Amino acid sequence: MAAGTVPQQAPNLREPKGWRRTKNRIATALMVLAFILVIIPLGFVLYTVVARGASIISWQFLTGSPIPPNTLPASIGGMWPAVLGTLTITGLATLMAVPLGILGAVYLNEYGGKNWLATLIGFMSDVMTGVPSIVMGLFIFSIWVLHFGYSGLAGAFALGCLMLPIVIRSTYEMLRLVPNSLREGSYALGATKARVTVTVVLPAAIGGIVSGALLAVARAAGETAPLLFTILTVTAANPNVFSGANTSLPSQIFSNASQPYVGAQDRGWGAALTLIAICFILMIAARVVTARFTRYSR
Amino acid sequence: MPAGAMTKKRPLGDRSFQAIALAAGLLVLVILVLIAISTSQQAASWFSSQGWKIFSTTWNPTNNQFGALAFIYGTAITAVIALALAVPVSVGVALLLTEVVPHRWSRPIVYVIDLLAVVPSVVWGLWGILVFAPWIQHIYTSIGSGVNGIPVLDSLFGAPTSGASFFTAGIILAFMITPIVTSLSREVIATTPTIDKEGAYALGATRLEMIRGAVWPHSRGGVVGAVLLGLGRAMGETIAAALVIGSSATITSHLFAPGYNMPSVIANEFGEASGVFRSALMGLGVLLFAFTIIINVLARGIVERSSRKMRGA
Repeated sequence: MAAGTVPQQAPNLREPKGWRRTKNRIATALMVLAFILVIIPLGFVLYTVVARGASIISWQFLTGSPIPPNTLPASIGGMWPAVLGTLTITGLATLMAVPLGILGAVYLNEYGGKNWLATLIGFMSDVMTGVPSIVMGLFIFSIWVLHFGYSGLAGAFALGCLMLPIVIRSTYEMLRLVPNSLREGSYALGATKARVTVTVVLPAAIGGIVSGALLAVARAAGETAPLLFTILTVTAANPNVFSGANTSLPSQIFSNASQPYVGAQDRGWGAALTLIAICFILMIAARVVTARFTRYSR
Repeated sequence: MPAGAMTKKRPLGDRSFQAIALAAGLLVLVILVLIAISTSQQAASWFSSQGWKIFSTTWNPTNNQFGALAFIYGTAITAVIALALAVPVSVGVALLLTEVVPHRWSRPIVYVIDLLAVVPSVVWGLWGILVFAPWIQHIYTSIGSGVNGIPVLDSLFGAPTSGASFFTAGIILAFMITPIVTSLSREVIATTPTIDKEGAYALGATRLEMIRGAVWPHSRGGVVGAVLLGLGRAMGETIAAALVIGSSATITSHLFAPGYNMPSVIANEFGEASGVFRSALMGLGVLLFAFTIIINVLARGIVERSSRKMRGA
C-alpha cells in the first residue's frame, strides 16, 4: 500500500511562486518609484533655492530699503519692505482668522453637534478650503478695495478668508478628541457651558489647535494670488498695515520671476529662500507644539 | 405657564458666548454667499455686453472681444495633465505608506510629502520658469522631432514646443496637488478593515492581490473623492501656472505649446485692466469659483459618504 506514495515536499506557504510573485515585486517597486518621483522635484527645488538664495541673503538684503529697480544688482537696497509686509499682513490675518476659526469650530463641536446647521457649516467650510486663492483676491477687491483702496488690511482680509476654513477644520478635529468625561466633570461642578468650553475643553486641546493654526499661517504666508489686487506691489516700506499700498515676499518673487535682469532674479531667489525659511520655521514650530503639548491624539 | 419658563434661564455670558460662536460659524456661509454676489456683480457688464460670446474663442481686449473658451480649455488641459501625472504617484505613495513600509518609516515619509505642500506656489513658479522650463524645453524639442510625421502623436507632442507650456504647467501643478491627493488617499486606505486584509492573505494572496481584492474595493470611492479634490486644486492654483504656462490665449492640441488658463490670465492681466476688460476677468473668476465649488461639493460628498460607509457596518 505504501509503495505507491511519493514522498511529498512540505509546501512553502510564505512565498507564492512564479509570475504572481514577480507581479507583486513589480508593484512594490513601482510604489517605491512613486516616492522617488516625489522626492526628486522637492530636492531639486529646495537645492536650487538654497544654492541660489544663500549667496544673496545678508543682513543688508533682509533689512535694506527700498527695493531697487530691476536692473540694479542685489547688492543694492534690500527686501525689508517685503519682509515687513509679509510679517504685518500675515500677522493681521492671523489675528482675524484664528480666533474666529476657533470659535467656529467651538460652535460646530460644542453647540451644533449633529444638527443640520452645524452639518451645513462644517461641509461648506470644507468646501471653502477648495476656493481658489485668486478668487479670494477678486472678492476682497470687489467688496473692499473698490471702496477703500489698496492696503495691507485688504490683503489680510483675503488671507484671513483663506485661513478661516483651515483653522476651523483643524480645531474641530482637535475638539473632537477631547474626552467627554472632562466636560461632564466640569458640568457636575456647576460650570456653565461657556466656562467649560473656555477653561476646560480649549486648554485640553490647545496643542493641536496651535499647531493647526501655525500650519494655516504657513500656508497664508506663502500665498501670492490673494495679495495681487489687494495690496498692490510697492518698493518702499509701508509700516502702516491699515492704509496705503504695501508689498510682500511672495508678490516680490512673482514680479521678479519673469524679469530678464540678473539682479531681479537674484532678488527673487533671495526672497524665495527667506519665504521658504519662514514657512519651514512655522511648520517645525507646529511639529514641536504637536509633540510637546498634545494631550489627546488619534 | 409655558413649559420653557419653568427651566432656569442660562446666564447672559453663557448665552452670548454661544451666539458669538454661532456667528463665527455662520461667517463661513456669509463669506461664500458674499463671494458669489460681489464677484458676479462686478462681472455683470461682461455677461451683458458679450451675451453668449463669453464662451467664444476670441480674446482680444483691444477690440473689446472677451471670449473665455481658450482659458477654460487651458484650465481643463493643464488640470488633466496634472491629474494624469499626480494620481498614480499619489496612490502609489499612499499604498506604500499604509501597506508596505513598517510603521516607524511611514512618519518620515509623511513629513517629506508635507514639505512638498509647504513650498509656496510662487516658489514653484520661480523655479519652474527659471530652472525647470529651460531644462525641459530640450526634452520637448527632442520628443517633438521624434514624433514628427506620426499622425496623432505629432499633433499632441510635435512642434511648436516651448519651455513654458501647457505641459510644464501641468507638471508643476502635479507636484503641488500630490500632497493633498496622497494624504487623503492614505486616510481612506488606512481604514480598510484588518480582517479583510488578513482574510486575503490567509487565502494565499500576494500583497498586490490583497490590495486589489481587499484594499481597492474598500477605498475606491474615497480615492475618487481625493482625486476630485486634487482636480479642484489644480484648476484654481494660480501663481505657479501663471509663471510657467506661456501666456498665450490659444486653443491647440499641442501640449508642448504655450497656452493660458483662467487663474493665470486673471493674475497677469487684472492689474492693467479696466471697464469691460476688468469685468471679463472678474467673470472668469466667477466661472472658476462655480467650477471649483461644484467639484469640491461633489468630492466632499463622495469622501464623506464613503467614510460614513466605512465607519458604519
